[in-house]
Amino acid sequence: MTTKLTVTRPGALTTIQDAGRQGHAHLGVPRSGALDAPAMRLANRLAGNPEGAAVLETTLTGCALRPDHPVTVVVGGAPCPVTVNGRPAPWGTPVRVPAGAVLDAGTATAGLRSYLAVAGGIAVEATLGSRATDLLSGLGPAPLATGTVLPVGPAPHSPALPAAAPWPAPPAELVLPVRLGPRTDWFTGAGLRTFLSATFTVSPHSNRIGLRTEGPSLKWKVETELPSEGMVLGAVQVPPDGRPVVFLHDHPTTGGYPVIAVVAEEALAAAAQAVPGTPVRFTTGR
Amino acid sequence: MVVRPAGRHALLVELPDGERAGALHAELLRRRAAGTLPPVAEIVPGARTVLLDGVPDPEPLARQLADWDVPLTPPADGDVVTIPVVYDGPDLADVAALWGVAEDEVAALHSSYTYRVAFCGFAPGFGYLTGLPEHLHVPRRATPRTRVPAGAVALAGPYSAVYPRSTPGGWQIIGTMPDPTPLWDPAKERAALLTPGTLVRYLPLSRGSAPDPAPQSPEGLEGNGGTP
Repeated sequence: MTTKLTVTRPGALTTIQDAGRQGHAHLGVPRSGALDAPAMRLANRLAGNPEGAAVLETTLTGCALRPDHPVTVVVGGAPCPVTVNGRPAPWGTPVRVPAGAVLDAGTATAGLRSYLAVAGGIAVEATLGSRATDLLSGLGPAPLATGTVLPVGPAPHSPALPAAAPWPAPPAELVLPVRLGPRTDWFTGAGLRTFLSATFTVSPHSNRIGLRTEGPSLKWKVETELPSEGMVLGAVQVPPDGRPVVFLHDHPTTGGYPVIAVVAEEALAAAAQAVPGTPVRFTTGR
Repeated sequence: MVVRPAGRHALLVELPDGERAGALHAELLRRRAAGTLPPVAEIVPGARTVLLDGVPDPEPLARQLADWDVPLTPPADGDVVTIPVVYDGPDLADVAALWGVAEDEVAALHSSYTYRVAFCGFAPGFGYLTGLPEHLHVPRRATPRTRVPAGAVALAGPYSAVYPRSTPGGWQIIGTMPDPTPLWDPAKERAALLTPGTLVRYLPLSRGSAPDPAPQSPEGLEGNGGTP
């Protein structure tokens, strides 16, 4: 007997995510996986799952599901109103959803991406060791649509944890610690100073591939082409328009624009929750 | 060799050219197979770089790399993957003009070289193949196509490639691989047919023929064979 969830409201963009697929970058396969990885792990722990079990990642407007058997669900990450059959239910802690009832995770009241961990995990088939949806290359399951049916894995042995856990608040200002390189020498001194002193804002064109910024333009020293080279998670790539893009989990594995610096991985969870318009600063200081 | 930091857990090693980058990539794989390379999650070659990502402690490795003696062996003894091609692409005439040959000579010329997968990117299983001599390099199309079909065999700059799936693209399309499915199949142990370092020959098929469309696996043809 497999429990199934039917999607009754997919929201703006809801994908299945886990710890992602590593070890295939040399074949052109992005790593993918939850953008706010600590939120995914905490939601899974509270649901009694292994930390890397597959969860749902929503974008701003949440989603709604109807299970055909009773399930335990934790809604975490970006705070949002949670209801079961229209009745308020707690956010950030396990909720029991009866068979046939609708669990709705509403529009985020802060931040951008909520995570729904279902006890047992989302049990869709894995591709290259991961169940994650990869929006750049199309690997993994398609984003949820109304009527999508998702299998749930066997209930975990460890019980769901009712204890309240500390969820970090989404950032009012995004301060991203960077290490300069590998292509800092492509930029003028003025461009580098601007990068480390100016305030940018999060562009509405940001997505799972990259956090795009608006604000000052960083000038290249040279107007030549950079031969394609490998790109890391958190790379701050500067295309010819001079506006830095921070590479998130669905980023291309190689690229031909210079990377001025790399954001520390632990700062990317906050980047995943920064709504468009949020001020962004890059800093080398600690 | 210049070793550049790429964040706290990655090194971007830059070589003077693609040949040396390929040699370093091969050396890294040899050392990893021999168990003498420190833990590295990803080894990603580029046009003239190799990225080492997911290195817990990159500093000692960065210092070591500078002292490595990397042999620049010609890639002559490896297995060769054969890609069957019907030379019927929409840019065949343009490429023939750029090469200064007749349209029906493009197939023989393009298939007369042995190529090497320098690196992958753009899409899973999309390999950038080097091996075309410099006088046959062609520019990208001025206007990219919104849809290049899966199996398209195309050229741009120093590279040749086969599109594993339909995507937008700006390369000059000279032909078609009749059955492109082996290029990328994540259900298989070898998900990508064209992995970095793989040697490749193109096998011209006559137009409208009903050929054996299956590409031959590495254990197939010998390298350095004559034009089929």
